[in-house]
Amino acid sequence: MINIFSVGLSTTQRIESQEKRIYLFQGYLDEQFLQLEDLQDEVNPNFVEEVVKLFYTDSVRLIRSIELTLENTPWDFEKLDKIMHQFKGSSSSIGAKRVKKECTQFQEYCKVGNFDGCMREFQEVKQEHAALKRKLENYFQVFLVVHLAREAR
Amino acid sequence: MEYCNCFESPWPADELLMKYQYISDFFIALAYFSIPLELIYFVKKSAVFPYRWVLVQFGAFIVLCGATHLINLWTFTMHTRTVAVVMTTAKVLTAVVSCATALMLVHIIPDLLSVKTRELFLKNKAAELDREMGLIRTQEETGRHVRMLTHEIRSTLDRHTILKTTLVELGRTLGLEECALWMPTRTGLELHLSYTLRHQNPVGLTVPIQLPVINQVFNTSRAVKISPISPVARLRPAGQYMPGEVVAVRVPLLHLSNFQIHDWPELSTKRYALMVLMLPSDSARQWHVHELELVEVVADQVAVALSHAAILEESMRARDLLMEQNVALDLARREAETAVRARNDFLAVMNHEMRTPIHAIIALSSLLQETELSPEQRLMVETILKSSNLLATLINDVLDLSRLEDGSLQLEIGTFNLHSLFREVLNLIRPIAAVKKLSVTLSLSPDLTEHAAGDEKRLMQVLLNVVGNAIKFTKEGGISVSAFVANSDSLRDPRAPDFFPTHSDNHFYLRVEVKDTGSGINPQDIPKLFMKFVQSQPLATKNSGGSGLGLAICKRFVNLMEGHIWIESEGLGRGSTVIFIVKLGIPARLNDSKLPFLHKGPGNKVKLNFSGLKVVVMDDNSVGRMVTKGLLVHLGCDVLAVASGDECVRAVSYEHKVVFLDVSMAAVDSFEVAVRIREKFSKRSDRPFIVALTGNTDRMIKESCRKVGMDGVILKPVSVDKMRSVVSDLLEHGYLVESQ
Repeated sequence: MINIFSVGLSTTQRIESQEKRIYLFQGYLDEQFLQLEDLQDEVNPNFVEEVVKLFYTDSVRLIRSIELTLENTPWDFEKLDKIMHQFKGSSSSIGAKRVKKECTQFQEYCKVGNFDGCMREFQEVKQEHAALKRKLENYFQVFLVVHLAREAR
Repeated sequence: MEYCNCFESPWPADELLMKYQYISDFFIALAYFSIPLELIYFVKKSAVFPYRWVLVQFGAFIVLCGATHLINLWTFTMHTRTVAVVMTTAKVLTAVVSCATALMLVHIIPDLLSVKTRELFLKNKAAELDREMGLIRTQEETGRHVRMLTHEIRSTLDRHTILKTTLVELGRTLGLEECALWMPTRTGLELHLSYTLRHQNPVGLTVPIQLPVINQVFNTSRAVKISPISPVARLRPAGQYMPGEVVAVRVPLLHLSNFQIHDWPELSTKRYALMVLMLPSDSARQWHVHELELVEVVADQVAVALSHAAILEESMRARDLLMEQNVALDLARREAETAVRARNDFLAVMNHEMRTPIHAIIALSSLLQETELSPEQRLMVETILKSSNLLATLINDVLDLSRLEDGSLQLEIGTFNLHSLFREVLNLIRPIAAVKKLSVTLSLSPDLTEHAAGDEKRLMQVLLNVVGNAIKFTKEGGISVSAFVANSDSLRDPRAPDFFPTHSDNHFYLRVEVKDTGSGINPQDIPKLFMKFVQSQPLATKNSGGSGLGLAICKRFVNLMEGHIWIESEGLGRGSTVIFIVKLGIPARLNDSKLPFLHKGPGNKVKLNFSGLKVVVMDDNSVGRMVTKGLLVHLGCDVLAVASGDECVRAVSYEHKVVFLDVSMAAVDSFEVAVRIREKFSKRSDRPFIVALTGNTDRMIKESCRKVGMDGVILKPVSVDKMRSVVSDLLEHGYLVESQ
């Protein structure tokens, strides 16, 4: 049983920055994400959340588009490459390191016209994408707690 | 016709006998002539024959004998003297040659015989070499088997696999009937049959460890032949066959505890397992020396492999333990988080929900006080007011204290007027002092600067608390407040040996003494004063109205300000002095990071002069667009974000100072956009700066950008500082000083 008066807010802050570090070290996110956080201020209090939300709506659309393209034969590798280029751009804008890596791989497979490789890689992309989403959701929850705590002062 | 010298045959010439003799002689001659021919033929055929001369002699001998017999043919009938002479010559010659040959043979036959013996000797030697070759080959095979076995054994770190593989491989290599491993039990008093080659599931056989045969095996590192009827070798129900030879060897089991940091494992404290190997029962095979050596080597290898496996097991156990602990720690952390969240929620609730009714009570009671009331009613309202004020203070104090306690309270440093702070505090308490007819004096040392840097609010709180206490506990006389800059002597308080004030150019220590002529404090009670919720005079609380938290909070605040607070009193009824020292900053030499309240902008960012700067951002990627826009908005620019080249060219006007083009766009050729923008503006001064944003580090991109006339290239990801320096470079110099 922990004495709630003895555990401090700073713990939460420490936890938050530690989570951040963990994500960074796990390779999910890179410095770009930290940059986004720096842009958050009174003018733009929810900047990061908004960007992340935009990223996810955008990427869901792109994923759907890729799925449709993969279903059609003959396979249009150029189109896949283009869509993935967009995806990669978005991912690097929010600092989604792993997703970006998988996108690059996908583009490699597109360049050589390896359909099986593309399919496999696409699954990886989707997996990383979903994993990142979970991590970010987690992260925002902690973030929210800190916010609430800060406001409670 | 001459008379022949032949004798008259005693009997009448027997024609038949004559004839036979004639024929025989003829055949003898034939044979005698053909033998040398054959000899010559075969000798000519054979390449090596050392005794040609002998052959010639022999040939001559035979030829002559043949000749003799041939000539004899003529002597059966009447023959002339010539024939007799030829016959005699032939006989003489034959005699000579045959004697010579006889003599020669005496010389040669021993040689020939010795050749035979040498041949026999060589054959024996060859057979022996063959045997030895076979042996060496077997040994080499064995060596190979050992290596293979070792490799198999050492290739796995799983204990069970190691032992099973050993038995299987040994069985195969040596062609064993049965192979078994007895492991010591936990108690160490028995051996338990753990693995066998043929039986899949060994029944739980155990033998006591103190058997003489086992001791014999354990005492030597060599493989020992044991009797097939000893208990360790009786692995099968007794059959009718004659069991083959059995060998047993010890396998040292090394325990982790044997490996101390500085010692090597002691030989005397080893435990052993017993490996028993049985040859096939129906063969007459015996254990060879090299096979025993193989067994010993394998036993050693197994020991090493087992020790590795044990180490691995241990480390995996440790790792599992760590993981469990990690999980537990994680759980604890989550619990702590939950607790913190609960506490914060509680505080938030307390903050808002409890203050509201109390404020309502206080406000309405004050209003009530100003209406027409009877004396009893007035008294009641006053009590209500006092109680609710007390409650409000209590809530504030608890909130403050809990925040103070967990260290989450941070001082809000700012520059303030020190002198006016003191004056304000005293002005606040002067009315109360006047009512109690107490005098209040303030003396500020002249070397005290007018301004200081620190947490004004909290310092005031401390001062107010201390002065308030002084007033509270003083019934007559007065209080005096003095403040001055503390020098190193006055800094050290013998009662606080842990207080080590450090000097620096940026700070000074403010020493404040509040002296009162009040009731004083028993010196024994002084330590308790600064503890929470403790009152020195419980009976006096009715009038004093203190919550007991005041001094505790003061102490916390003073500690936060890297200072020290204490009370001196000569005893009850002799008044008391509260002294505190706090560290304050000298405003003239403060860092810019702690700017005074005047510069209240969004954070500490120095914005230069591009607030409101109109810029255009072109990026077809919505996320990238938003991020770049956010970046520039954060710097204070007025950003127009577009998604396509056409939109960009359309929207750009002379008002826009910079256009940021994302060059990694797939669909739009940003270079074309740049050219079109340039074309749009005839005058160089109207044209906005064009900067490319790219994630591509290729040199070609930079060249291409320069060729179409862009003013700079920025490499993504862009940080706030980088963007700021880029824009300021552009505005100041008209081009990017370093095209990053």
